[in-house]
Amino acid sequence: MAKPGLNSHDRGAKVVARALRDAGMEVIYTGLRQTPEQIVETAVQEDVDALCLSILSGAHMTLFPKIMELMKKKDLDDVLVIAGGIIPEEDISQLKKIGIAEVFGPGTPTHVTVDYIRNNLKRKL
Amino acid sequence: MTLSARDLAQGVLKRDRRSVARLMTAIENEDPESRAAISELYAHTGNAYTVGVTGPPGSGKSTLIGQLAKQYRKHGRKVGVIAVDPSSPFSGGALLGDRIRMQELSTDEGVFVRSMATRGNLGGLARSTAELVSVLDAFGCDIIFVETVGAGQSEVDVIKLADTILLVMAPGLGDDIQAIKAGIMEIGDVIVVNKADRENADRTMLEIKGALELDTERKEWSPPIVKTIATSNEGTEELVQKLEEHRSFLMKAGMGRRRIKGEIQLLEALKARLAEMVITDLRNDPDYENMIEKIASRQLNPYEAAITLVNKIIGKR
Repeated sequence: MAKPGLNSHDRGAKVVARALRDAGMEVIYTGLRQTPEQIVETAVQEDVDALCLSILSGAHMTLFPKIMELMKKKDLDDVLVIAGGIIPEEDISQLKKIGIAEVFGPGTPTHVTVDYIRNNLKRKL
Repeated sequence: MTLSARDLAQGVLKRDRRSVARLMTAIENEDPESRAAISELYAHTGNAYTVGVTGPPGSGKSTLIGQLAKQYRKHGRKVGVIAVDPSSPFSGGALLGDRIRMQELSTDEGVFVRSMATRGNLGGLARSTAELVSVLDAFGCDIIFVETVGAGQSEVDVIKLADTILLVMAPGLGDDIQAIKAGIMEIGDVIVVNKADRENADRTMLEIKGALELDTERKEWSPPIVKTIATSNEGTEELVQKLEEHRSFLMKAGMGRRRIKGEIQLLEALKARLAEMVITDLRNDPDYENMIEKIASRQLNPYEAAITLVNKIIGKR
């Protein structure tokens, strides 16, 4: 669970992180103000199966492409990447084009996110 | 693209971070192939100095490790960190947040941080952790910190495998007496009173000194107590000094401690191999379910059942 860039708070990310934990997943929580480099390095070291990007600042169109580029560079194409937070509808198709599998806006019931991850992992467990 | 365990081992020796991470996952998942990889790496281990960091929750272990890592980096050393956190006994999941305190180190090529959940491992935790340490050792880390809360027996076992045990206390947590009662003080080689800017810091120091004085067994090494404020990086240089002093002390003490570790490693590996060989067979045995039913209805005693099973197995082989 990563929060790139400047975010005022991480209440939503924490709620989702806890739900994922309650669903039996191991969640690496990396805290606020992460740079794309830090996020991707964490994904490498922790050998994650999925990466959740949570953002409220509106900078997703700048930060997410950077992150996806680094993921590719580090050979992490088999990691499922999803996003959540404040992301306008009109940006979603663009994000999907760069490899973000799905976007879960505010108010999404946590079980929807949990089920999505379970059913869409790219790596065999 | 699936890489074999051997490929991963080679990757580790070639300093490939992804191989390190993937091998660690295989070990955590108890993938039988990971055994072969660990075997291959064993000859390349033994160079790293391991520091087990334990203490009550909230004492500032992660922050302190982050600062220590930075100190060691200044001296050009490669640092590894394994942060162990408990898995939820209900869901089996875990929230691993120790990294938060060390995130600026993520992009430092000379640092590798891995979070690990206990996974209700029935005593295998110490072995898995030791194997992850071996991977970092073979990868080239000069110093490896292993952090646990030290709340349960298996976590204490993890710590015992370290060269130096760093016990981190903080004033006002109310755990000082608990720690003394639990005997955790006995295993600390270097003791830290973190958050030393807090009111009760001096009292905490006195309580610890008092507890250590009661421990008359240890004559050769007297655990020093260091005051730190991890958040502002105060006291860390002195702490590094104390760690290095203990390290020298260990080197002078010679093979003793390595032999003990060697034996623990052998016994753990043996237990794991035996369990592996036996339990898989057992689960496929139709008698197994039957036995469990009888035990549950108190018709059969599990201790006797175990003896019967072992005799059966020995008879077969």
